Amino acid sequence: MNGTAIAATGLRKAYKDKVVLDGIDLRVRAGTIFALLGPNGAGKTTTVNVLTTLMTPDAGTAVVAGHDLLTETRAVRAAIGVTGQFASVDGLLTGEENLLMMADLLRLPKAEGRGIAAWLLDRFELAEAAGKPAASYSGGMRRKLDLAMTLVGRPRIVFLDEPTTGLDPRSRRTMWEIIRELVADGTTIFLTTQYLEEADQLADRIAVLDHGRLVAEGTAGELKREIPGSHIRLRFPGRDGLDAAARILPGSTRDEDELTLRVPGDGGVHALRALLDRLDAHAIEVGELSVHTPDLDDVFLALTGNKEVSAR
Amino acid sequence: MSAISASLSNSATMLRRNFRHTLRNPLTLFNAVVMPAFVMFLMVYVLGGGFSVGQDYVDYATPGMIIMAVGYGIGPTATGVNADMTTGFINRLRIMDVSRGAVLSAHVIATTLRTLVALVFVVGLAFLMGFSPSAGPAEWLGALGIVVLATLAISWLTIGAGLAAKSPEGAGMLGVPLMLLPFLSSAFVPADKMGPVVREFAEYQPFTPIIETLRAFLTGAPAAGTALTAVAWCAGLTLVGYLWSRRSFSRRA
Repeated sequence: MNGTAIAATGLRKAYKDKVVLDGIDLRVRAGTIFALLGPNGAGKTTTVNVLTTLMTPDAGTAVVAGHDLLTETRAVRAAIGVTGQFASVDGLLTGEENLLMMADLLRLPKAEGRGIAAWLLDRFELAEAAGKPAASYSGGMRRKLDLAMTLVGRPRIVFLDEPTTGLDPRSRRTMWEIIRELVADGTTIFLTTQYLEEADQLADRIAVLDHGRLVAEGTAGELKREIPGSHIRLRFPGRDGLDAAARILPGSTRDEDELTLRVPGDGGVHALRALLDRLDAHAIEVGELSVHTPDLDDVFLALTGNKEVSAR
Repeated sequence: MSAISASLSNSATMLRRNFRHTLRNPLTLFNAVVMPAFVMFLMVYVLGGGFSVGQDYVDYATPGMIIMAVGYGIGPTATGVNADMTTGFINRLRIMDVSRGAVLSAHVIATTLRTLVALVFVVGLAFLMGFSPSAGPAEWLGALGIVVLATLAISWLTIGAGLAAKSPEGAGMLGVPLMLLPFLSSAFVPADKMGPVVREFAEYQPFTPIIETLRAFLTGAPAAGTALTAVAWCAGLTLVGYLWSRRSFSRRA
């Protein structure tokens, strides 16, 4: 349970002259959820492919489940399970047959294979659909079956590459529940996602990947603390109000198009009352007031430098 | 020893899966039969009377139809292999340490057996149209041999193409030459009756010696030279397809 599940240092990977991973160092503690967060094209899937032995890094080393990635590939493979970005289930086989195929490939005794398949079908609420071809399953069911297939081999470390991309909110929550249960059983989860909420909800530690580099790492709380604090947003009915307010509130930032003013402050009751009193004293009419506390979105946008969206 | 038994066990599991695919998708057999049957019908009953081939036209055209059916029946292999690659199924197998050999040989064996089943229907249809081969048991065995060799060659090439293609549609497109090449061979008309450029092409493309050899086995004594050329083509194409498949399998993660 204790100790390091994954330790990587200086992982690099390039395709021709395009650098995809530019020196990745990371450490994942056993029995925890680690989320690799990043926009499309940041290198998330490449990281997973390298750590799961599917790709050889150009430079760098990694120890996965206590075994060297490059020299003990077999031992690494025996300890891990991977569920890729696309549900890789066999659509022409039934859910049960998919699971039994995995058991056969792992050369489990017949009875044991059947037992594990039945247990997984039951656990993932697929028992009713077990006899139907997987092609007839919904997106959420396919993902569940995909993950169940990965679990037939009882891996100690499970890699999940964007496990909820394209799922409806309900299926996403079910998947989160399943992931939490896996960790409760002692499994280590390495997860990639482009959803901040997902990382925030699930992960013990989050690393933010951008253009092949880790730009931040920490708990959700630590990351949120890294960016400037909360602010109060005031919207005015006209330019006069905006001008007047900007004069009496130094340190605020104005947005001419939106007719809004961002005032730094934590949104506490006292600060708010003081602010409103000041505006009243100068007879400035405010159309709308909102308190904005930073969430992972802000962290993400600040770190990955996406100007367009951060202006919202 | 245990590595070999693991590989055999995995091959058997993969083969069972591929058989199930064919059984659940019987249309794949239908495709292999219906188009060659239609072309055969067209040739024999509509156009065939106009050709002078020195023998009964059904007897002339059946070997061509048999080889054509191999090409038409191969589509599902290309798309199936490609789907395995693009959906990450093969990555899953790689992480489970299932050998490349197990995955690829299962596809080849399943494809070959499926093709042979389709060919039973095709030959049955030919008999209904009046096909009367002169082959004895030894010649039938020779015919089976050349058909299996051709099927292996086409299977390996198709698997290579399926693994390399970016999408199932792309993989499907790569099968088109296999469907068209028989028309530009001596399948339905002797090469020496064709126009100058086409004739050259028909004489030197692989389908012509393969079909000629099959025809010779079924309806007359085979010429040693032609049979050798046919076998060499099959062996060469099998090797190219095999190497291509191996390379694509390992390269794409």
